Amino acid sequence: MGEGVARFWREIPQRYNFIGDRCGSCERIFFPPKESCPFCRRKSMGKMKEIKLSGKGEIVTYTIIHVGPEDFEEQVPYPIAIVKLEEGPQITAQIVDCNIDEVKIGMKVESTFRKIRQDGSTGAIYYGYKFKKRC
Amino acid sequence: MAIMEKVGIVSYGANIPRWRIKVEDIASIWGKDGKVISKGLGINEKSVPSFDQDTATISVEAARAALKRCNINPQDIGAIYIGSESHPYAVKPTGTIVGEAIGATPDLMVADYEFACKAGTAAIQSCTALVKAEMIKYGLAVGADTSQAAPGDALEYSASAGGAAFIIGKDNVIASINHTISFTSDTPDFWRRAQRKYPSHGGRFTGAPAYFKHITSCAINLMRNAGTKPEEYDYAIFHQPNGKFPVSVAKELGFTYDQIKQGLLVPYIGNTYSGASLIGLASVLDVAKPGDRIFLTSYGSGAGSDAFDITVTEKINDLFRENAPSVFQMVEDKEYIDYGMYTKVSELLFWE
Amino acid sequence: MRDVAVIGVGMTKFGELWDKSFRQLIAEAGAKAILDSGIEGKEINAMYVGSMSSGRFVGQEHVGALVADVSGFSNLHISSTRIEGACASGGLAMRQGYLSIASGMNDIVVVGGMEKMNDVLGASATETLATAADQEWEAFFGATFPGLYAMIATKHMHDYGTTKKQLAQVAVKNHANGALNPYAQYQREITLEQAMNATSVAYPLGLLDCSPVTDGAASVVLCAAEKAKDYSDKPVKIIGSGQASDSLALHARRDICTLDSTVHASKMAYKQANLTPKDVDVAEVHDCFTIGEICAIEDLGFVKKGEGGKAIDNKITTLDGSLPVNTSGGLKAKGHPVGATGVAQMVEVTLQLRGDAKKRQVKEAKIGLAHNVGGSGASCTIHILEAM
Repeated sequence: MGEGVARFWREIPQRYNFIGDRCGSCERIFFPPKESCPFCRRKSMGKMKEIKLSGKGEIVTYTIIHVGPEDFEEQVPYPIAIVKLEEGPQITAQIVDCNIDEVKIGMKVESTFRKIRQDGSTGAIYYGYKFKKRC
Repeated sequence: MAIMEKVGIVSYGANIPRWRIKVEDIASIWGKDGKVISKGLGINEKSVPSFDQDTATISVEAARAALKRCNINPQDIGAIYIGSESHPYAVKPTGTIVGEAIGATPDLMVADYEFACKAGTAAIQSCTALVKAEMIKYGLAVGADTSQAAPGDALEYSASAGGAAFIIGKDNVIASINHTISFTSDTPDFWRRAQRKYPSHGGRFTGAPAYFKHITSCAINLMRNAGTKPEEYDYAIFHQPNGKFPVSVAKELGFTYDQIKQGLLVPYIGNTYSGASLIGLASVLDVAKPGDRIFLTSYGSGAGSDAFDITVTEKINDLFRENAPSVFQMVEDKEYIDYGMYTKVSELLFWE
Repeated sequence: MRDVAVIGVGMTKFGELWDKSFRQLIAEAGAKAILDSGIEGKEINAMYVGSMSSGRFVGQEHVGALVADVSGFSNLHISSTRIEGACASGGLAMRQGYLSIASGMNDIVVVGGMEKMNDVLGASATETLATAADQEWEAFFGATFPGLYAMIATKHMHDYGTTKKQLAQVAVKNHANGALNPYAQYQREITLEQAMNATSVAYPLGLLDCSPVTDGAASVVLCAAEKAKDYSDKPVKIIGSGQASDSLALHARRDICTLDSTVHASKMAYKQANLTPKDVDVAEVHDCFTIGEICAIEDLGFVKKGEGGKAIDNKITTLDGSLPVNTSGGLKAKGHPVGATGVAQMVEVTLQLRGDAKKRQVKEAKIGLAHNVGGSGASCTIHILEAM
C-alpha cells in the first residue's frame, strides 16, 4: 500500500513483454535482464543485448497456494509455478484458466496478460504475465 | 458518404473470459423462474471476468490475437482507440496499457472511447478515417467491457465480459469497409453517473425509441447509401443486449435468422457491451470466405448506432486465422461458477 | 587465524510472548549468555546481532546500538553491529563474531539474534517473511514463502519419490524432540495423522510442515580459544565456519531440489575442520519447512541426494538414531523467531557438546553442526563445533 509507482513502471518491458537480454560473449539468455553475464562477467560488459522472449515454456515445479498474501487472498487456492521458458530462463508465475488438478510438472504453458495486483482500491493497477495451458 | 474500397480490416482477434454463470442460477437467487427468464431474454449463460481480468487485459489479449494472425510490425500501428464503458481507471487510459503490451509505443495516437455499447465501432470509424487520410499506416480499434450490473437488476442476467480488436489499414485488407455511417440523438435510455458503480436505465424505454429506432434508422440509411438490400448480405450482426432484440430488429429490417446466426453470441456469453457486435463480427470473420458481404450495426445507449457495409477479400485466405482461437472455441472453453463466487468476483463480499 | 570458542550461551523461551518486548527479549538472552560465560561487560570488545526485519516487525531499525543500550552497555560504548540475511541473520552474526576474533581484532564478542514477530498481525508477519524471497520476481507474482519451499517439495517428490508421509515424519520427529525442550514453542508431540491431515498451506505442505511465527532471542559469548578456559569449564570450539550465497530467486537455481549455498558453505566448513559429514554426531538444520530438513541432510552430505526421505523412514535422524537432527525440536517445534534462529542453533549444539542437553542429550556427542538458511536458500551459514 502506498508504494511509489516507479518501482513497477520501470519493469513494464519485462512484465508486459518478456524483454530479457543475451550475452554477446556466450549467447546465454537472461530474464529478467542482467547487467553482466555471470558466466562471462567482464567479457560481457557492454555486450548485453536486449531480446524479446516468446513467453512460452514448461512447468518445472509448482505449488497450490492455500494461504495467500493479502492481494491474492480472494484467489486462493491458486497455482504458482516455476516455468522454464523456451529460451532457457526460468521464472515464477501464476497458472490460470485451468482446473488446479490439471497443473503438472512438464505441462506446456504460454503467457497471458493479466492484472497481477493493485495498490488498494485507489492506487495503481499492476499488470503482467501469468501462464495458461498452451493450446 | 464516401466509398472506401481500399481501407478495411487487416486482422482481428477476440477474447472472452472463461468463467460462465447460468441465467437460471442468477434467477434462483432472486426467487424468479429461471427458465422463463432465460427464454424471455434469449440468454442461457453469461461470461464473467476472473479476479485478474478487466477491460485492459481483455483488450491486450484480443489485440495480441489479431497480431498473431498477421505479419504486421506493431511499430507500424499509428493509433489505438479502446472503446469501453468499464475502463479500469476513470482517469488514465487503457490504450497506453494496450499500446505498451503489444509493442506499439511510443509513436502513436491513443485515446479511450466511451459510448455505451458502441464505443468499439466508433473506434473502428476513427481508425478507418485516419488510414484513409493517410495519417497512419495501421490503426487498432478495440471494443471491450467487463460490464457491471446491480444485484437484482434485470441487467444482472446479461452484463458480461469480452472484447474484440481490429487492425485497420490499407495493405492486405481481409475485409474492406465499403461504407460506414452513424445515427445519433440525445436519448437517455441507459446511463451510469460519474462515480457510480452500477448503471441505471429507462426500463422498456430502452426498446422502441432507443435500440430499435437507432438501429433501423442507421441500417436503412447505410443500405440506401450503399445501394444494397438485406438479401445481398451473407452475414448480418446487430448489437445484442439480449437474445430477442437483435432477432427482432433483423426481422424488421428484412434479414433472416440464418444471416445473423454466426454473429449472435449473446445466448452463450451474454451482453459484452462494447464487445458485443464486434465479437459477432470476429465470429463471422472466423468462417467468412472471399466475396462474403457483411452488414453490421451497433448500438450505444444515449444514443447512437454505427453501421458498416463490409466485403471479405481474397486476402482472408492468407490470414493465419488458426493462430488464435476462434470465437466459438472460446465460447466452448468455459468453467461454471455459482452465484456465491459471482458475488465474490464482483467485489460484493468485501466491505473494507 | 586464531581458534575461537563458545564460552556462554543463553536464550529466552520461544513462543508467543505477549508480555515481552523486542528489547526485553534480547536483553534477557544476552544477560543469560553473559552470566553463563562468566565474563564482565567491560571485557566485551564487540557485539554482533542478527535481526531479519525489526523495522517491519516492531518499527525499529538501528538495533545494533539498541541492543548494546538495553544490555546496559551504553556507557561502555561497545562496538555493536546489526547483521541481516533474512532467516540466516543469526548465523551471519555468528560468523561475523567468529571472524572478528579469528582475525585477532577482538578477544571477546557477544553474538545475539532476535525477532519479535507477534507485534504485527499474522498476515503482516507472512508478508514480512516473504521479503526474504525475491520481491520483484517471486513475491510480486503471488508466490508466498511457504509456496517456494512447497515448489522444492513438489519437485523433490517428482524427482526422487519423496512422499507427503516422509515430510510429515520430519514434523513428528521434531515435535517429539521439542516436547523435551523447555525453551520450545511447542512442547508437545503430534501424530503422523495430524501432520498428514493438517490444513493445506501451499500444496504439498500442510500447516504442520511449517515452522510457526515466534518471538524469541538467543545469545552466545565467543572468546579466543586460548583464553576460553579462563572463563569456562566446558568451552566448545568452533572448528569450522562456512558461508555461501546463491540466487535470491528459487527459479534461477542450478537445481530446484539442491540448496547450493548449503553445499558450498558446508564444504568450506568441513574443509576447515578437516572432517567429513560422517564425523558429525549431532546437527541442528534449517527446517523452516519439513522439506527443508530433507534437503539439508542431503546437501550437508549426511545422505545422498534424493535419499533424505528414506533417511527419515529409517529413523537415522531421530534422537536415538545414528545422526540425531534437530534435537532442540528444530525450527518446526522449538519455533522460528527468524533473526534468533541461527544463534539458537548454536545454543543447542553447544548444550549437546557440553552434555547439558538433559532429556534430549545425545550420548557421546563430540562434533556438532549448525546449519542456518536465509530465504529459500540464497544465504547459508554452517558452523561445526567440537567439545574442548
